[in-house]
Amino acid sequence: MNASITARFAAAEIAGLQGFSGVTASAPYLGSRQEKYGRKVANSLEDAIRASGLKSGMTISFHHGFREGDKTINLVVGRLAEMGFRDLTLAPSSLLACNFPLIEHIKSGVIRRIYTSGMRGKLADAISHGLMEEPIHIHSHGGRVHLMDRGELAVDVAFLGVSTADEFGNANAVSGRSRCGSLGYAMVDASRAKTVVLLAEELVPYPNMPASIRQDQVDLIVKVSEIGDPAKISIGAARMTSNPRELLIAKLAADVMEHAGYFEDGFSMQTGTGGSATATARYLEQKMRKKGIKAGFALGGITGSIVELHRKGLVGRILDTQSFDAVAADSLATSPEHWEISTNFYANLTSKAAAVDRVDMVILSALEIDLDFNVNVITGSNGVMLGASGGHSDTAAGANLAIVVGPLIRSRIPTVVKRCTTIVTPGETIGAVVTDHGIAVNPNRPEVAARLTAAGLPVIPIDDLYAQAVSLTGEPRPVEFLDKVVGVIRYRDGSVIDVVRQAAG
Amino acid sequence: MSAPLKLRRSMLFLPGSNAAMLSTAYVFKPDCIMFDLEDAVSLREKDSARLLVFHTLKLPVYSRVETVVRINSLSTPFGLTDLEAVVRAGVDVVRLPKTDTADDVHALEAEVERIETDCGRAVGSTKLMAAIESAAGVVNALAIATASKRMIGIALAGFDYVMDMQTERGDGSELFYARCAVLHAARYAKIDAFDVVFSDVNDDAGFLKEVELIKRLGFNGKSLINPRQIDLLHNAFAPTEEEVDYARRVVQAAETAESKGLGVISLGGKMIDAPIVAHARLVIARANASGLRT
Repeated sequence: MNASITARFAAAEIAGLQGFSGVTASAPYLGSRQEKYGRKVANSLEDAIRASGLKSGMTISFHHGFREGDKTINLVVGRLAEMGFRDLTLAPSSLLACNFPLIEHIKSGVIRRIYTSGMRGKLADAISHGLMEEPIHIHSHGGRVHLMDRGELAVDVAFLGVSTADEFGNANAVSGRSRCGSLGYAMVDASRAKTVVLLAEELVPYPNMPASIRQDQVDLIVKVSEIGDPAKISIGAARMTSNPRELLIAKLAADVMEHAGYFEDGFSMQTGTGGSATATARYLEQKMRKKGIKAGFALGGITGSIVELHRKGLVGRILDTQSFDAVAADSLATSPEHWEISTNFYANLTSKAAAVDRVDMVILSALEIDLDFNVNVITGSNGVMLGASGGHSDTAAGANLAIVVGPLIRSRIPTVVKRCTTIVTPGETIGAVVTDHGIAVNPNRPEVAARLTAAGLPVIPIDDLYAQAVSLTGEPRPVEFLDKVVGVIRYRDGSVIDVVRQAAG
Repeated sequence: MSAPLKLRRSMLFLPGSNAAMLSTAYVFKPDCIMFDLEDAVSLREKDSARLLVFHTLKLPVYSRVETVVRINSLSTPFGLTDLEAVVRAGVDVVRLPKTDTADDVHALEAEVERIETDCGRAVGSTKLMAAIESAAGVVNALAIATASKRMIGIALAGFDYVMDMQTERGDGSELFYARCAVLHAARYAKIDAFDVVFSDVNDDAGFLKEVELIKRLGFNGKSLINPRQIDLLHNAFAPTEEEVDYARRVVQAAETAESKGLGVISLGGKMIDAPIVAHARLVIARANASGLRT
């Protein structure tokens, strides 16, 4: 200790402040070089968990950038179970079919509550049939950030899988082996969780740039053998199609985009990831070339087909909150105009600005759309949850025109229904629905209907679409539910827009 | 204005056993939809497929497209039952497979007429077409095409034909004689002629090359096995804007000449004779029916 400095403070007689007591007093890690560089790096996942201060009853979070290839959630929750944690609130950005091992952890009391954008497979089936005592909360991507910011969803420890990190915690998923591309979901957790633990596949030399997650957000880093399988990102949701019906719908959707009134140079779009949505991008290329225009930017979940337009110079910038295939992930790594954005930047209505508000046209999917244009993307025809809210309600609310695409009938189940089984997105935010049997425009958008009709497109009332569907399938019997609420559907502002009751079948 | 030209460019094949495809295939807007009860349906599904097709034909949505059913040959245990079902269900056209002689058509027509009478359907309202699938059929094409007033077309079926000829599908030269024979028979009988299916649904360029060939030969259209081929085919058959412009000028010159009582027509210094005027009218009629090529 430097005695002369201590003496100066004492002599000045300043009340209420503390005198200097050495460089390491507040930064003990500066005492050794090894501690200075390596203090965040844990030797094992158990060590990281212990160091995180996690306790039973707390809230843990994850990102789902690897979708069906995710290995982080199952690994961490499995370890937490072994270590004896209980009554945790699980708050991943979403859950998929690969997360079925959680069923055991729910049964054993490790997981007590769940917040997620969606669920699939056995886990969704079990929860739909009453596995949990408390209903799960289904939120949108933007809504998740909103719930965090208003304090309802306070994450204690975020466990974030990254392909590379340095020992200070600068991390991304565009370098290294298992690359999922954008860490748009994880960026939110990194900036909001009390404690941030990175699970890194590879520790690389400092500084690891670009840093999607930054050193000043990260508490702990642990090296793990595998965080996810990027080959499985596109399973289930994002795919290219050769299905003639999906192509027919895509062609019609592109026609709608061309004639709805927003197809001007510099327009913006989000095309989503279903078969028809992905194919729409292909048809748009011809139309953009014919008219000699380009899109200013494309937003959202990004697929190879958007990247292809970008590479051809037809989409100026890409704002990427989730990369849906390896092409998108590689483009994020290499294209200077392909930008990674957080879901707060993307879709949170109480963010200081959300990109969804700048989108001209968005292509969305639907399990059901009803006569008031309300959309269900959660429950299937048997009442079981099998989908995700995603950015559906966020983009529908923000975009100038939201276009729902889908076949009128799936096997023998109509998509256009009298009343949605579950409402996720309110009909007032849906502009048009495009099916293989024609296009219906929301009566609150008469100008769009007039433009499409003038272009010779098959615009018919949604009641006619419904009549067409039931003429082929018959009137579907209502889905049977028990009384217990198993899921609460939260709108993007946190309000409850619907509930899902326990499936009877 | 005369009635719009009845186009039969695309005949979409659908397996009669696939309920999901049957119920909504009309959305692809082919000129004709052909429900198959024959080769695309396995033996154990013959009865269920017949029932499905029977009900599909009665759907109101199918009143807007020409429906064709390929029945099993009358020499099989299924053929007559198929015919009973589809005539009663109101099918537009019955397609007879493996037609070798005019007598095959006569036998079919006799049964159709009996069923029409039995069920109260207007006699003669069920149209017929024949598929030519053998050397015998090709040789007898003219007799087959003219065998009945109900005949609306004949179709060449490539796979069985080339087997019968002891060859295989290649660059198209193996089908050259058969295509020309079927086409001449159809034109003589003033009915439509349909070309074979193109089975590689992922080879758009190859498909379009074959379409160009058969269009030039004079076929009305082609049998298709994938809805994705419909737009390609229709577009290839649609006249171009230049063709229609020229046709309009030809027709106008002809009308001007006629109003002036001139026998000889001239357009841009070229002599225009009656066949050229007739062709020009056909081009305009086709454009009205199908739209222009894009």
